[in-house]
Parts: sequence; structure tokens; C-alpha cells
Amino acid sequence: MGLKNNLHQLKEKYKGTKMAPAFNALHTFLYLPNETTQGGTHIKAADDLKRTMNTVIMALLPCLIYGMFNAGYQHYLALGDIEAAKGFFGSTFWTWDNLVIGMWKVLPLVIISYGVGLAVEFLFAVIKGHEVEEGYLVTGMLVPLIVPIDIPLWMLTVAVIFGVVIGKEVFGGTGMNILNPALTIRAFLFFAYPTWMSGDKVWVHGAVERDQLIAAGENLDAISGETILGAYAQNNAVVYDYWDMFWGLIPGSVGETSKFLIIIGALFLIFTKIGSWRIIVSTLIGALVMGLIFNGVVDAGWIGETNKFYGLMNVPFWQHLIIGSILFGAVYMATDPVTASQTNKGKWIYGFLIGFISIMIRVFNPAYPEGVFLAILLMNVFAPTIDHYVVQGNVKRRMKRLKIKTN
Amino acid sequence: MSKDIKIKKGLNIRLNGEAGKTLSKAPRSRTFVIRPSEFHLITPKLVVKEGAKLKAGDVIFYSKAEEKIKFVSPVSGIVQKIERGAKRVITEIVIEADQKDDYLDHGVASIVSMDENEIKNHLLATGCWPFIKQRPYDIIANPDIKPKAIFVSAFSTAPLAADFDFTLMGKEKELQAAVSAVSKLTDGALNVGVGKNSKSIFEGLKDISVHTVTGIHPAGNVGTLINKLDPVNKGEVVWTISPQDLVVIGELLLTGKFNAERIVALSGSSVKNPKYYTTKIGSEVSTILYTSGLNEEHVRIIDGNVLSGNKITPKGHLGYYTNTVTVIPEGDDYEFFGWNKPVFNKLSVTRALTFSWLQPKKKYDLNTNTNGEHRAFVVTGSFEKVFPLDILPMQILKACKYEDLDEMEALGMYEVAPEDFALTEFICVSKQPHQDIIRKGLDLMYKEIG
Repeated sequence: MGLKNNLHQLKEKYKGTKMAPAFNALHTFLYLPNETTQGGTHIKAADDLKRTMNTVIMALLPCLIYGMFNAGYQHYLALGDIEAAKGFFGSTFWTWDNLVIGMWKVLPLVIISYGVGLAVEFLFAVIKGHEVEEGYLVTGMLVPLIVPIDIPLWMLTVAVIFGVVIGKEVFGGTGMNILNPALTIRAFLFFAYPTWMSGDKVWVHGAVERDQLIAAGENLDAISGETILGAYAQNNAVVYDYWDMFWGLIPGSVGETSKFLIIIGALFLIFTKIGSWRIIVSTLIGALVMGLIFNGVVDAGWIGETNKFYGLMNVPFWQHLIIGSILFGAVYMATDPVTASQTNKGKWIYGFLIGFISIMIRVFNPAYPEGVFLAILLMNVFAPTIDHYVVQGNVKRRMKRLKIKTN
Repeated sequence: MSKDIKIKKGLNIRLNGEAGKTLSKAPRSRTFVIRPSEFHLITPKLVVKEGAKLKAGDVIFYSKAEEKIKFVSPVSGIVQKIERGAKRVITEIVIEADQKDDYLDHGVASIVSMDENEIKNHLLATGCWPFIKQRPYDIIANPDIKPKAIFVSAFSTAPLAADFDFTLMGKEKELQAAVSAVSKLTDGALNVGVGKNSKSIFEGLKDISVHTVTGIHPAGNVGTLINKLDPVNKGEVVWTISPQDLVVIGELLLTGKFNAERIVALSGSSVKNPKYYTTKIGSEVSTILYTSGLNEEHVRIIDGNVLSGNKITPKGHLGYYTNTVTVIPEGDDYEFFGWNKPVFNKLSVTRALTFSWLQPKKKYDLNTNTNGEHRAFVVTGSFEKVFPLDILPMQILKACKYEDLDEMEALGMYEVAPEDFALTEFICVSKQPHQDIIRKGLDLMYKEIG
């Protein structure tokens, strides 16, 4: 094993120098280190943080691949070049042409996300002298999946730098951050460049470009890339059926359209015991409850058809789960263990409120009909508060025990 | 009042190399060693010099802070060397043993007629006191504070740990004498936890409350027993004693001699012939290693079990409280793509391409590799699955790390010992040293609150 020995000697050479963390990050990527236990338990379980993060990435990969095909599919569909695919295995969906467009558009997003984000991580690791932690492996995969397909790469670069520095490194790196870094990046994009993050033009590749051409005087048809939520929010007719929504044959952010694959990812995360089923389930319950309340309001006749909220309020409560990105948020974003509640009871409350508030924002926010990322960021901030009260419950039990004794 | 305790949260770590139920007499060790560092927070004050002649049971040193607590020689011989480390701290007292032990005779104690104080003074004077530990702080008991109860766990669930049903066989008389005496030191009960499916020697004894325990590790930890029976509140003290140390106490009461003999399990996948040995406190570990033989050269020798024992060298000696010696392979080698390829030969509590869940009964050859690097706490909710106490493990560990005394106290620091956090340390994906964090937290509390 020449490589193993050479790398080992290099590691010894760099030991104690500023570059050690950067070298170790690459080295441990190839080899599980030769570290042994010192004091404490003499044996350790097989899992480390890399394996944990890798499991989440595996759960995300189907969404990424699907997102690539869907990018091409939506593009050609909007141009009128292909027929709508009927179902998940529709003949016009899994085509080479679709994949080429998807790879052409999505891979740069992935490369920018990982390249820029990891560069910032390495920089901080070298400056601060700590090891490069694995948290960004998941963040870097999430970012391309939650942005519109045509987002300019320089915007993404700026947002990633902002998100990693302000969302994570200023707090001390992985494990210390309050806000989910991937969502911090998305929030930055949303508030800094709103025209690129909402509306009915950004979700299908080519739509913005086509608009610009039309504005320049060319005689072309505009591409409509309205999302389902957009349609509901404007009280427009929705052109997709439930199966389209479930399989994911709809416009949207790159990786969040296929509910089918997200559910498979969720089952994988729960089965591997990496994702918190408590958070996933409670988020969905919260969303359903809010949806039911809105349905009740409509049924009671308090909101008329002319009301601007009517479209979204009248959406059957269960349908909220297959439109927008609530499912993606619940499975991959809300479950981030660092920014979520850390106690088991807290996780139920935290998840429920995310679902509840997501649907509330979705219905009431006229500018931008998706509230999942805002709801999760909000609950990220409140997670320590929720935990505080759960912990106090444990403390009170202990105090009570003492009181019974002394009385 | 006997209780049935069932422990569901935990993890049985099944390892190869369980000690066979055969007993041999270990060869007599040439030297014996007492390491003061094993008596946590005790500063030794020596009463012997190098070259002094000792009988078994003669005082070697006492605690500087509490002169009544004396530490005695396990054998008769000559003080060969007093090893000192940094700042002249005494690290080892080496005794060159005689061929045959000559005992200091304390006389037979009449347990029935002795009162609380007489028993306490007798145990202090004869050097049996260090066997009694207290919680909070997991240190040698303070003789001036009366405990609300005393706890003994005779149920071993730690990986490859000695089986008390085997090591205590035939010691009814000694155990009875010890528990009759020790139970006078508390107004509460002397609680003994025994495995429900085992035939424990304790079930036939008087002066104790026997509780049956079932379930997975840490069901056998004394900390689990305390938490389920009578948890320690602020201002309260409980004592804990190991069953094998009760035997030494009992024999001293019955015969007047401090007989440091004990049965030790030699186990682990690196041992050719794992089995039980009759040996003495402080013996050279090589005496039993050579008899049983090792499968490989590059090994970790652990004085204790794999979860909370101490690393010793092949020239090292058995500890004062040890009844298990475990030898496992060292794991200081790299593994290509070890972090993402499927794992079949290591234990895991997740299913993240780790397949130990397929074979819950499989026994493993685990080595000392950390299987990853030290990281900040990231994953939540996993510790609770292996932690049966009514305490929030992650929160108390974090409180110890940022040294918030109020929070540590509120979260239950008085109830815990480092050993209670061995399983959470084992499964921690961030490879944090939980037992060390808890030990430092306890020391800080002891210093600040006392």
C-alpha cells in the first residue's frame, strides 16, 4: 500500500502546522484515520460524522438526479417540443435530451455550491486551526436543490459565502450554528435578489431569457413557468393533476418537485436512524392541521370566492403536502440536528410549529407563496427556547423529588 | 422491599473472547504495585520509605485531607521503589513480594455486638475503607457523612466483564459478614441488584434488600440501580461497594487478615485462552497474560472492561478495584474509504450502511480504532436510546463543557459517575470523550461546592 504510507508520512510532516487541517480533511476523505482511543471507552461504534452526513447525501441524490431530468423536461415542455409525460415513467421524461439540459444547468450549481462553500470552510479551518467538519457536505448538496434553475452563478457564489460565514462560521462552525446554513443562503438570495427567486419566470430554464428576447422586439411566445402555488395565489386555474404533483412533473426549485422521491428519501433516513422521524411526522401534522383550519374557515363561509386568499385557503388540506416544498423542508431541512430542537419532546413541538407556520405563511404571504424556509428559519431561532422548557421539565421533576423528601 | 427493575434503553456490546468458566491459580507475582491515581482526588501521605518491610495489611499511606482513610499493602514484602511523576506526585508504590504472605492480624471482629462507630473505625483502621465509594462525585466515601443508603450491583452487563455469579461462588460467609457490618453504617437499606435469570449468592443473605434486574447494559451498573431505586438528591449521599470488595471486607472481619485475593476474568479477542484466575490486588498482569497466551503482538491491555477500564502496559499491574482484564487488538491503521463503505464487522446503533442490525446476536472483534475523528456535538436524540437514567445526557455533557455549575446541579450531576456515560461515549458519532467530560465536571463541582 504505497499510497497509504506516503499519505501517512505527509500527515506526520504537516502535523502541527497551519496547513494540517486542510491536509487532514483530504486525507480522511480517502482513509479512515489511524486514531485510537485514549482513555474513556477503548472501543467505539462504527459511525462517525462523515458516515452520518454521507447517509443524508445518499438520500438527496435521487432528488438531484430527478431535478436534472425535470429541468430539461420543463424546458422542452414549455417550448412545446415534447408531449407531457404521463406518470413517473413517462416516455418523454427520462430522455437523454432532458438530462443534457439538466446537467448543463444543474451541475454548475452543484460545483459552485461545493467549491465556494468548502473553500470558505477550509479557509476558516486553517485560520482557526480546527479540523474541517463535515456539516457542509450536506449543505452543499441542499443548496442547488432549493434554488431556481436559472439563478445566475455569481449570485449563488455571493449567497454561499454569506451563508457559510454568517450562518455558520461566525458561531464557531459546524455544531454551533443557530440557523440552517442552506436556508440562510436561500434567505439571502430571496431578500437580496427577489426577482430571481419568485414570480412565474424563474422556475423553467429559458423563461427569463425568452422574456428578454420578447422585450427586445423578437416575435416569440412567452414561456410560462408558473408554479402551482403561484397559480393558487393568483386564483388561477391549476393545470397539473395530483399525480403530476406527486411524481414531480411540475416546475419548481431544482430538487423539491418530486414528492415520490422525497418520501423514499425520508423512509431511507428514518430507516437508517439518521433523520428524526419525530420532526418529519410532526411537521406534516402541523401542516395538515393548519390546512384543516383554513378549509374550515372556507366551509364556514367566512372567506368568499372573491377574497384574494380564497385560492390557497380552499386547497384541500392534504394537498398542501404535495404542492410547494413543505415535504422537502420537513424531510431534509427541519431535521438538521444542529438547528432543530435537541430534546425528543422539543422535536414534536418544533416540527409541529414548522408545519403550522409554513402553511400560514403560504396562504397569507401575497408576495411569495411559499413559507417553508421562513418557517424553518423562524423555528431555528426558537428551538433553544423550546428546549429550555423541555429541560426545565426534567429539572422540575428532580426538584419535586427533593421536596417530597424534605416535607 | 424488593423491586423488579427492567432496563430497556441501552446496548449489549457482544465481543469475542468471553472468559471461560474455569478457574486457575495465577502464578505468584514478583512485584505488586499500588497506584494512588486510582483513588481519585486523594493526595497520598506516605508512612513508609523505600526499603521498609511490610506485612500484608500494613499501612502504606493515608489521605492527606482525611487522615483516617488508610491504604494498606496487599502483600508482605519490601517497598522496592516509590515512583514519582511531574511535580513529585507519587505515581506508583512498588512492593517486592515475599514468597509467602505474612499477615498483620487485626483480630476477629464480633459483628453482632459492634455498633456503627466501631465498625466504621475498624474498616478505616484496617484499610478497607477505600473499597467504599460515594455519590455524588464518585470518590472514596467521606466517613463523616452518613449515607442514606448503600448500593451493590452483583449483575454484570458490561462487555466481557467478570460474572459475579462465578467469581463469588463459595463466599457466602464472607459476604454475609461484610453486609451485616456495612449495613449498620446507614439508616437506609443496603440494596443489592442481582440478575433476574441468575442464581445470585446474595439471594440467600440477611440484612440486605435484594432487587432483581433484567435488561441490557447498563442494567448492571450501580448508577442505574441507584437511579431506579432511590436517586441522589442535592444534599444526599449514597455509598457503593463492589461485590468482590465485600469479600475482602468480609474476610477481614471474620479472620482479622487483609486478604487481597480476588478472582479476575481475563477476556478479550486477543487472548488465546480466556478464563478466570485467582490472583491478588496489584499483581503483575503478565502473570496471567503469559499463562493464557495472546493471539497477536499489537494489543491493548485494559485493566477493567473495554468501556471504562484503564490502559496498562504488558509490564503493568492490576488495579485496586479491578476484577476484569481485557485484551483487544490495537486499531492504529488506516482503512481505505472506511467512512462510507458498508460495514459488516463493526458494531453500530444506526443503519447507515452499517449492518450490525441484521445480526443482533453476533459477537464482534472490535479494536481500539476511533472509527472517525473528534467533532463538535451534531447528532441529537441518539444518546437517549442507550441511556436509561432520567437525565438528559447531551444537555448535562454540554453543561459540563461550559462549566455552568447551576445547570450541572439542576440537570442531575449529583447522581452520575463517569461510568454511566460509557455507552453514550461508545456510540457518539462526534467521538467526544463523555466520561472524561463528566469526570472533569464532577471535579469542578467538588472543588467549588464540595
